[in-house]
Amino acid sequence: MNKSVFLGALTVAALSAGAAAAATLDDVKAAGVLKCGVNPGTPGFAAPDANGVYQGFDVDICRAVAAAVFGDATKVEYVPLDSSQRFTSLSTGEIDLLARNTTWTFVRDVDLKNEFVGVNYYDGQGFIVPKALGVSSAKELDGATVCIETGTTTELNLADYFRANSMSYQAVPVATFEEAQSQFLAGACDVYTTDASALAAARSAFATPSDYVVLPEIISKEPLGPLVRQDDGAWGDVARWTLNAMIAAEELGITSANVGEMAAGTDNPEINRMLGVEGGLGDMIGLPNDWVVQILTQVGNYGESFERNVGEDTPIGLSRGLNAQWKDGGLLYAPPFR
Amino acid sequence: MSNLDAETVQFVRETMIPPSAPPGRETGAVKWMRENLFSSWFNVIMTLLAIWFIWHFFVPMIPWFVNGVWNADSLRECREILDGRTGGCFAVLSERWKQLLFGFYPQTEYWRPILMFIWLAVAAAPIMFDNLPRKLLIATAIYPFAMVWLIWGGSIWGVLSVAAGFGLGYVAFKFADRKLEGLIPLLVGLAVAVVWWLFLRGPVAGGLQSILPFGLPSVGSRELGGFLICLIIGVSGIALSLPIGIILALGRISNLPLVKMICVGFIEFIRGVPLITLLFVASLLLNYFLPPKVTFDLVLRVIVMVTLFSSAYLAEVIRGGLAALPKGQYEAADALGLSYWQAQRLIIMPQALKISIPGIVNSFIGLFMDTSLVMFIGIFDMLGLAKAIRANTAWIGIYWELYIFIGLVFWVCCFGMSQYSQWLERKLRTDHH
Amino acid sequence: MTAATDPDDSSGFKLSQLIYDTRYRAITIQVLTVLAVGWMAWELIGNLMSNLAARGKDVSFGFLLNPANYDITESLIPFSSTDTNLRATFVGLLNTLLVAFLGCILALIIGITAGVLRLSNNWIVAKLMTVYVEAFRNIPILLWIIAVFALLTEATPAPSAFRGDDPTSTMKLWDTVAITNRGTYIPRPIFEPGMGLVAIAFVLSIIGAIFFVRWSKKRFLETGKTLPNFWIALAIVFGVTALVFLVMGMPVSWSLPALTGFNFQGGLQINNPFLALWFALSLFTGAFIAEIVRGGILSVSKGQTEAAFALGMRPSKTMNLVILPQALRVIIPPIISQFLNLTKNSSLALAIGYVDLRGTIGGTTMNVTGRELECVILMMAIYLVISLIISSAMNLYNASVKLKER
Repeated sequence: MNKSVFLGALTVAALSAGAAAAATLDDVKAAGVLKCGVNPGTPGFAAPDANGVYQGFDVDICRAVAAAVFGDATKVEYVPLDSSQRFTSLSTGEIDLLARNTTWTFVRDVDLKNEFVGVNYYDGQGFIVPKALGVSSAKELDGATVCIETGTTTELNLADYFRANSMSYQAVPVATFEEAQSQFLAGACDVYTTDASALAAARSAFATPSDYVVLPEIISKEPLGPLVRQDDGAWGDVARWTLNAMIAAEELGITSANVGEMAAGTDNPEINRMLGVEGGLGDMIGLPNDWVVQILTQVGNYGESFERNVGEDTPIGLSRGLNAQWKDGGLLYAPPFR
Repeated sequence: MSNLDAETVQFVRETMIPPSAPPGRETGAVKWMRENLFSSWFNVIMTLLAIWFIWHFFVPMIPWFVNGVWNADSLRECREILDGRTGGCFAVLSERWKQLLFGFYPQTEYWRPILMFIWLAVAAAPIMFDNLPRKLLIATAIYPFAMVWLIWGGSIWGVLSVAAGFGLGYVAFKFADRKLEGLIPLLVGLAVAVVWWLFLRGPVAGGLQSILPFGLPSVGSRELGGFLICLIIGVSGIALSLPIGIILALGRISNLPLVKMICVGFIEFIRGVPLITLLFVASLLLNYFLPPKVTFDLVLRVIVMVTLFSSAYLAEVIRGGLAALPKGQYEAADALGLSYWQAQRLIIMPQALKISIPGIVNSFIGLFMDTSLVMFIGIFDMLGLAKAIRANTAWIGIYWELYIFIGLVFWVCCFGMSQYSQWLERKLRTDHH
Repeated sequence: MTAATDPDDSSGFKLSQLIYDTRYRAITIQVLTVLAVGWMAWELIGNLMSNLAARGKDVSFGFLLNPANYDITESLIPFSSTDTNLRATFVGLLNTLLVAFLGCILALIIGITAGVLRLSNNWIVAKLMTVYVEAFRNIPILLWIIAVFALLTEATPAPSAFRGDDPTSTMKLWDTVAITNRGTYIPRPIFEPGMGLVAIAFVLSIIGAIFFVRWSKKRFLETGKTLPNFWIALAIVFGVTALVFLVMGMPVSWSLPALTGFNFQGGLQINNPFLALWFALSLFTGAFIAEIVRGGILSVSKGQTEAAFALGMRPSKTMNLVILPQALRVIIPPIISQFLNLTKNSSLALAIGYVDLRGTIGGTTMNVTGRELECVILMMAIYLVISLIISSAMNLYNASVKLKER
């Protein structure tokens, strides 16, 4: 009887067996589901709700790619990953796409054999302190105790920043985002440092947000973006142009509300090409011609996703800042659809 | 002395004096306290210390439990209801207890894990208590297949066809056993089963499914969690590791030097590294060791690692059982002219396994508690879910309510099992004398 | 085990003898086993190589010599972010060994106390110990580690509570110890030059005490006369050391913790993650040791005690010369394997951010360099070596106390 469990489980495994090497698009289509690595819990970016359904800004990237490939944004299998697992899971084929607030760095791109397909959120590392501490600049933090999530680039940035400013600090390494907040609120550390977006998310969840201030210094560049394996350029294109389509749609004023109307044909040739009215962009990338229409109907453009998940009307309350369109003084600049 | 006689009155008492009541300090509660709490100055100090400890650590918890809030939507609301009093916010449990038990399992399908729990109890009963009808063992034999099918769903023919492989293998074994001796019948049975599984099973199952489609909605491994995943990993780990453990134990005491070396090396390696490193291997490295284009899902990889882990520990438990058997049993088997495998099958193993059951149960308790470690590799067991719940804006800042619930669930299971194993040890001891 | 079949010399060697002749069958089985295991290993390594090649990765330990680029708060040896990954690994190893070593000692103390008290005739104490043992044995260690850490964070004041004219918290023990939710600060001794001599005197007096005990035992065997060995040995060790200490003019001063800036400065800082891990591991393992101790004492049959009493031995002699030697034989091997478990369980430090071996080579270094394979292999190898050292100590002990069988 004992071996049977094993073989029974093997059958189950066979059902869920996937593929690891190139031609990911075909494999994803064959599997009928997109396996997408996400953060197990960052409010606003990726977190399961009470029913276990993932919601958030990073999750929308997964949904958009699924909408592009299958025409159905729900065909995603979310794989929660912690920071140590994410690259291995991607490289061993356990996931097809990693959308887990991952900073684009040289080593990750080149040495770890990944391919970042763009930036969906321009972030930077900041500090939050209790107002009662009377600190108004990170330069005054000499000797402070700092809560930090271990194993992330924030740990390295922190070490660099304090060394560059010849200050000393004491790190309180914590395992997770929520643990860091608990420690910080209990006063086990004077400062909590992580990406500014996460700081805002954390602060919004505090019982008395007004008792805490985010310091003005941003000590690092953290371009967060989705990534795929380096060995499959075609699949990388799908992910890259899905993100670009969301950004370009906002720039061109296509929203989930008016996309149906615009898909009937407009005077703007770029919109027509994007929405599959003219040209054969869909064929070139190996997707149905209405792929952008599907993305925009089911997920919305970049701005809609931003406002829904992390924008100023949500508890997270982030302003667009660097993540505004280039026309509005931000860094979002999608290459032309042509 | 001289007047002694004169003053002596002859008196022989004929009735007993009625016993007088013992002094007050020797009766009732007072006596009990004197003997059990204040028998010496040292005991007085210990008693006072114990009372001080209870007063300081346990009594303050009472209002926290009594004032607990069971109905609220968030920690903030709990605090408003409590209005400054001490009290727990058990509302998080009323909202999330199903999630803690079943993970993200689809709510409409809850009957499946519940049926699995009940079936598990029925399947385990005949192994645990040998005075139950032996027919119950049928439920045990079916259980592994039923568990896989109930939990993961899918076509019933897939599971049935795997089970059929065992049936075929057994028939082939029985047939060959009449003609051949030694290990060969076993190998024949195994070969038949493997051929069936590799080449015939798939088409047959597919064909049957197209003729008679019957199945349950599929549930992915990612949707499993909470107590359910602990139980699945624990039960499959211990059940799968039993045969491996037996082989390793036999290998370790065998007189074939190379076999012995391999077994000792494996056992010492597994026992020498922490489980968490093996889980890291499961989550980070195992895919590197599999052929390209093959990936197992994480739960299965964890089960594989946990099985290897517990088989090394079980091997030691079974080795203890084998060592505890009187030498006469081995000698008697040899005297009957039984071959090595016959002796093991008919004489040694039944007895050795029986005396090993308490040890196996203890290993299972350890393994079951260790399943809480899977939270580190992204599986939402109860502790992982507690983490996720604490990340939710409504419940951020909650600690004890969740930990107490989880602790209680573990405690009830493990304490029950350890009581069983102690009972069994007592029973086995009387058997021997 | 099976009876050997008579070989048929006349017909020479037949292939079937490989299966049916027990002399050859042993070889057949071993060769087949080795082939199977070798084939599996070959397959696994082959897969590994082709997988690595397909992803353009190699296996190299060169990253160990690159700068680590991160800081470690708790370190027994100096460490900065410019030091190498190798040194970071070593720092982690020392932290693992530290918490394992201190944990074993505390667990032993707790375990013996609880085990003996559980047998006490004091009802309330015995029940309290039963509650302790059953609670800790049946709830996962991971939960205890998290819970103790949460307790230390939630139930102790932040350093800011010590600040101001009317602080809500004060330092304990005449202003020498500060218990905060960041850690506990205790006075740290600062040794001055003469301290070396005191240390030498201490070591020498220990050696002297050992010689004294040996001599006294020999004298006891020869003449039957006894001395209070323990007290005399204690007097030798501490008397001599204290004398040298006084003569050298007490060459030690204390650095006291004081609240300056953000934190307490000075003194010795024991961080909460360390404390939580230490306490949780000790309490958890202590519960198991308590059961071992209780079982060991109960395993010595009552007749032994009665026989010793009948010989006129006093209770203390009975305990020392009759009960303990027999009980220890039962107690020590499982206690050592509990120590082994404690050491392995210390890897759960990752739940609370104590930077141990797993936190360095298996944590930040692995994440930063992306060398999972090398890091995990190295980490497992180090744990394996630690375990093998502990278990070979146990085997040595087992061999020394083994009952000589007929």
